[in-house]
Amino acid sequence: MICSMLRSISAVSLLLLAGIASAASDGPIYHVDVDMDDEASLQRGARLFVNYCMGCHSAKFMRYNRMAEDLGIPETVLEDNLMFGTDKVGETMQTAMPAEQAEEWFGVAPPDLTLTARSRGADWIYSYLMTFYRDPASSTGFNNLQFPDASMPHVLAELQGIKAPVYEDGDDEHIAGLETVVEGSMSDDEYARAMRDLVNFMAYISEPAQMQRYQIGFWVIFYLLILLGVVYALKRNFWRDIH
Amino acid sequence: MSRFGKAVDSTIGWIDARFPLIKMWNDHLAQYYAPKNFNFWYYFGSLALLVLVLQFLTGIWLTMNYKPSAENAFASVEYIMRDVEWGWLIRYMHSTGASAFFIVVYLHMFRAMLYGSYKKPRELIWILGMFIYLCLMAEAFFGYLLPWGQMSYWGAQVIISLFGAIPFIGEELTLWIRGDFNVSDITLNRFFALHVIALPLLLVGLVFLHIIALHEVGSNNPDGVEIKNKKDANGVPLDGIRFHPYYTVKDMVGMVVFLILFAMVVFFAPEMGGYFLEHANFEPADPLKTPEHIAPVWYFTPFYAILRAVPDKLFGVLAMGAAVMLFFALPWLDKSPVKSIRYRGWKYRGALTAFAISFVALGWLGLQAATPTYTWLARFFAVVYFGFFLLMPFYTRNDNDKTVPERVTDR
Amino acid sequence: MCSDEVNRKRRNLIAATTVVGGAGAAATAVPFLSSWQPSARARAIGAPVEVDISDMQPGDLKRTQWQGKPVWVLRRGDETIDELARIEGELRDPDSSVEQQPAYARNEYRSLKPEYLVVVGLCTHLGCSPSYKAPDEDNDFGDDWIGGFFCPCHGSRFDMAGRVYKGVPAPTNMVVPPYKFISDNRILIGEDSSEGVA
Repeated sequence: MICSMLRSISAVSLLLLAGIASAASDGPIYHVDVDMDDEASLQRGARLFVNYCMGCHSAKFMRYNRMAEDLGIPETVLEDNLMFGTDKVGETMQTAMPAEQAEEWFGVAPPDLTLTARSRGADWIYSYLMTFYRDPASSTGFNNLQFPDASMPHVLAELQGIKAPVYEDGDDEHIAGLETVVEGSMSDDEYARAMRDLVNFMAYISEPAQMQRYQIGFWVIFYLLILLGVVYALKRNFWRDIH
Repeated sequence: MSRFGKAVDSTIGWIDARFPLIKMWNDHLAQYYAPKNFNFWYYFGSLALLVLVLQFLTGIWLTMNYKPSAENAFASVEYIMRDVEWGWLIRYMHSTGASAFFIVVYLHMFRAMLYGSYKKPRELIWILGMFIYLCLMAEAFFGYLLPWGQMSYWGAQVIISLFGAIPFIGEELTLWIRGDFNVSDITLNRFFALHVIALPLLLVGLVFLHIIALHEVGSNNPDGVEIKNKKDANGVPLDGIRFHPYYTVKDMVGMVVFLILFAMVVFFAPEMGGYFLEHANFEPADPLKTPEHIAPVWYFTPFYAILRAVPDKLFGVLAMGAAVMLFFALPWLDKSPVKSIRYRGWKYRGALTAFAISFVALGWLGLQAATPTYTWLARFFAVVYFGFFLLMPFYTRNDNDKTVPERVTDR
Repeated sequence: MCSDEVNRKRRNLIAATTVVGGAGAAATAVPFLSSWQPSARARAIGAPVEVDISDMQPGDLKRTQWQGKPVWVLRRGDETIDELARIEGELRDPDSSVEQQPAYARNEYRSLKPEYLVVVGLCTHLGCSPSYKAPDEDNDFGDDWIGGFFCPCHGSRFDMAGRVYKGVPAPTNMVVPPYKFISDNRILIGEDSSEGVA
């Protein structure tokens, strides 16, 4: 019996074992590689964000047309597939859900997500999205390892399926890992990749300037090195006077 | 001479007949004789001036789009970061510049401690410099509230509350500083006025006085030798060289090196791992919820660690204040006949090393959550810190100092 | 000789520093100057706006905003359309010869469709926003008044096609912004119509 249970614990869940200790100190459980050059991932992330997050959350500082421009999304695709509640491409990404209503439903208004990747960090969001588990005691029916007692329901359950906690031997307090009890439309690997796309996108919207920042910085430093050469030669020349 | 050259000359002549243009140029640059042996530590004065200019320029540009109200401040910063063309660069330059200012100023101050630049006849330069430093701390504190993030808000809350420790008037005083029962829109608005107008004006005035005082008595140098004691027939110090062009070209090299490091932070690590821009500050201020771990920005943490090390509110605040104010007394605490560390004995060398280590250690401890071990460490380093100042009259009086040469040594 | 060599090299180095440093200073000025350009928000607000005209009756005026400026859509009745030609003698530029409108609105109605006038609601004198005086409204502009716009600042008057009357301070007709019909009931202000453009 133990063997069958162990088998059902996915590879992803096993990784948790190492991370659980750090969860206690609120550090992220997982690490995620954020890559602003992976345009396809960012585009997939945008789609996930719009479909699964923006029902309740806004990204109120991010403009649709800026996103389309930075992520190489054609305007027609943007207007047809990625925009909610507005038909103006220059608008910011607002949620359709009124804040007061949301507060009534969830107890707290769902926070704006524009800057979450900067305030919490990409790893934190990724770990949060990965570690929903079934908890009958919770009002939403779910709990979370990264953010215990979060008031957000597991809106991605249709993709991930449903996980249940696996406890340490002889202990019903310490969760050792998560096992799949209901399959979702994605495998664990697919889900992990999708969440990486989503987090990648959230890292992008937290600071769109990073798309240009590095490149400009390279040229600025390249220029400054040339200037350094010239200025240093000038200094050397003048200081020949000093004995 | 070309026609253009003549035109320039006659224009300068016209101005010079009405304003001491040439005289000022000569007094402060072309015929200001600086010791020829300045080393690495002497870059930080001109770098501080460069950062000041950068902060003014970027600061003025930020005010063009920033909105000093509790309702709009946070959003207006994001507006600058996203919607304003190049706004992100201007904002990152300003936020990085704030930390750069303190790095440069701390090194500039340490230079003075290495080579005894605060000693007679330069006490007033040091005092004015200390006022600049205080002004800078206030400027940084007021400026840090402006983004109206969680750290801005709670940082201001905590620092203002420090004044509440003052007996009798404390509570009234905090109320007066905030202008409200809590840090609010009113507080933000007045901090904005102080940050963008009052303190910059004061800062410019103090920098002006600092430089005038310096040029009156002349610069110190790594040997701590008074170059004015040995002059040639024309009254020019034998070890002096004209500031312009020699130090202008040399400082340019320093400035470009600085700008390279500065650009590396601005473009590749503007948050500097959360030390220059703190993560929690990307969440808008919420008066109902304190972030779990709150610490001031790194440049205040040595003093913050001292505050936390004292288990009493009033004495903690007093110790913190004293930690800053003791610098003012340096010229009179130091009884050594020798200026430069090169010719000082082991006592001062050891004391200064211990001080530098404790300053950095306190800075690091101030960033950590206060565990009992860290608190004891902070207490230990705080004792070393105060010992450096308070014991100075004793250990500098009879240190085994070496003989100071008559002329500067190297270069 | 040796010092001549040093001096020549020094002059060259000063020139090189000036050129390279000057280029850097100029490049540094770019972000600061560009930051004065209209921001993404200003551009979003200045984006074309749609106006629904399905509920407008003859004589109705609809006010909207485009690029921060007031833009009016006026529905003109048949009577008004006929009268536009009658008062030409009282106007300064009845044929719209001054370029205050896109080519497709340079006609006797100053519009794509005679029924609908679209103008920027700012007086061409000093930029005040004139008030609308409907044709049937009481007025003291004389019996010939067919309705139009009156600027409260300096008394300029415009007719129901935004054309300026003679003898008032405003020099030119009111500006017709670029616009197009995206359907019979919807006008898009801020984007040019393909009609009437060669």
